[in-house]
Amino acid sequence: MTHKTAPWVLLAPFLVVFIGTMIIPIIMAIGYSFTSVQRHGLLGEEGLTNAFAGFDNYVAALSNANFVESIGRMVLFGIVQVTVMIVAATVLALLLESASAKWPGFFRATYFLPYGIPGVIATILWSFLYIPGLSPIVDVMQLVGLDIDFLGPNMVLWSIANIVTWTYTGYNMLIIIAQLKAIPGELYEAAKIDGASSLRVAMAIQLPLIRPALMLTIIFSIIGTLQLFAEPRLMQTMSAGITSEYTPNMSAYAFAFQYNDIGMAAAQAVIIALAAFLLSAVALGVSNWTEKRR
Amino acid sequence: MSTLDTTRATTTPTGRRKAPVTDGRAGSRDAGRKPTSTIIVTAILVIVALYFLVPVYWVVINATKSSEDLFGSSGFWFGESFQLVENIKAVFTANDGIFPRWGLNSLLYSGVGSVLATYFAAAAGFALAKYRFPGRKFVYALVLGGVLVPGTAVALPLFFLFSSIGITNTYWAVLIPSLVSPFGLFLASIYAGAAVPDEMLEAGRLDGVGELGLFHRLALPQLTPAIVTILLFQFVAIWNNYMLPLVMLADERLYPITLGLDNWRAQTDRLPEFYQLTVGGALMSVIPLAILILVLQRFWRGGLTEGSVKG
Repeated sequence: MTHKTAPWVLLAPFLVVFIGTMIIPIIMAIGYSFTSVQRHGLLGEEGLTNAFAGFDNYVAALSNANFVESIGRMVLFGIVQVTVMIVAATVLALLLESASAKWPGFFRATYFLPYGIPGVIATILWSFLYIPGLSPIVDVMQLVGLDIDFLGPNMVLWSIANIVTWTYTGYNMLIIIAQLKAIPGELYEAAKIDGASSLRVAMAIQLPLIRPALMLTIIFSIIGTLQLFAEPRLMQTMSAGITSEYTPNMSAYAFAFQYNDIGMAAAQAVIIALAAFLLSAVALGVSNWTEKRR
Repeated sequence: MSTLDTTRATTTPTGRRKAPVTDGRAGSRDAGRKPTSTIIVTAILVIVALYFLVPVYWVVINATKSSEDLFGSSGFWFGESFQLVENIKAVFTANDGIFPRWGLNSLLYSGVGSVLATYFAAAAGFALAKYRFPGRKFVYALVLGGVLVPGTAVALPLFFLFSSIGITNTYWAVLIPSLVSPFGLFLASIYAGAAVPDEMLEAGRLDGVGELGLFHRLALPQLTPAIVTILLFQFVAIWNNYMLPLVMLADERLYPITLGLDNWRAQTDRLPEFYQLTVGGALMSVIPLAILILVLQRFWRGGLTEGSVKG
């Protein structure tokens, strides 16, 4: 084998699978989103007729009240949940990296533990803690006079937010800790000589220097929020508040497999992907802009 | 540099620091903080730890109960009966032993998928880092685009693609998409760029080692830390995946453990005895993962910093 063909031989297995399972499906999704499909026969085996539909599917998706509502729900969810989670992850990272913390290794492992528990299992575990009669938390709250229905139509969104926060806070905390460890020791020495308090050190040295890690975690969390699927879908049978079009991804799934409207499902999937692109780009842009102003 | 990082990682979690200055924690330099702040900080950390442990604690306690106690006794403490062994036995024998089969399926998807995905990603990452060839930048851009597209947006069209070649509802339908790790490709290429010196490859060529031999015999050992990280991430990602198997599989016997357990939980509405099966099954699936996470947590941390800090 020559020097010229070698890189392609090494790349080939990855590229074959990558193109087959990501690029082609993405192209197909874009294609479907501009087509309306008429199915003949019970499951469509007796032939399909495809018709170019222009932006009809996109117009239909964006004028579908449930889909627009599901996007609005995710924006609200993201603003609250991502903020709470990133603030919590940062505070925990700073506390664990301060000299005042005892047994940092134990706490770090404990906080990271939920990341290894699949979202499905985490949702099952938490849902047991939400169901009245089964949940000791509901019992304890009733004792002190609080009557909270975790699965109520308004409350259930925040019950889902709790599961997501529980799963990913420790993971984000580890990313932030990794960045904290990369801060050169001389900076702390200098701050100590200047007599800076730990709060001052956190505000003036640590927070500015972990900005890249924070941006990374925020972008990943936003993309994750847009893709929310497993948690609400699993809780659908338990809460009347969760419809089959509760999140954008659930909506795309419902249109593809329950309503058999592939064009609409594909258009929604493309809109979700585009929104993830745009939000990531905006987050990066804001980050660079504030960086320059500093 | 990687060896330095692992030694550091192995000393910190135990809390016994041989050389406090290299520990890297912000305050470790000024020994002898006020005891009050230690108490306050530790109290906060303990309360947060309770939050993270509550669901796990609940499932351990309640897996020991009978169905009556599950609803009749306090969820935070043991009930009158203690039938952990019977419950676990029921989990493993229900439906002709479908639960262990789900476990083996999960192991197959995650094990085979992560090993092959890591090998493919390491080879491709090495090629992109160590060769200059036309089309290199294009491949990078293509893969970056693939990373940013939400995985769930791909699952739907992938189903139609797979159903057109007739492999939905087979092991292949879940296994094949698990073989690709764009994140792994980036990590491997960044790591190969730093850890595999060109001189070493040149020396290998002069000694008559073929191009594939260069990768397998010279580069691969150097890439070990990156490979461990990619392997772990990919394993957990496949193990946790829900939408792909949900979309692809109809036959219960092909389900991974996540989908199977959801299947049991969905039946609790009509058949309350499934509560006990679900609780026991959840316990059985949390234990191996918890051990894995606790043991491998230190590797993980080292791996996360590889791209951003070392690059």
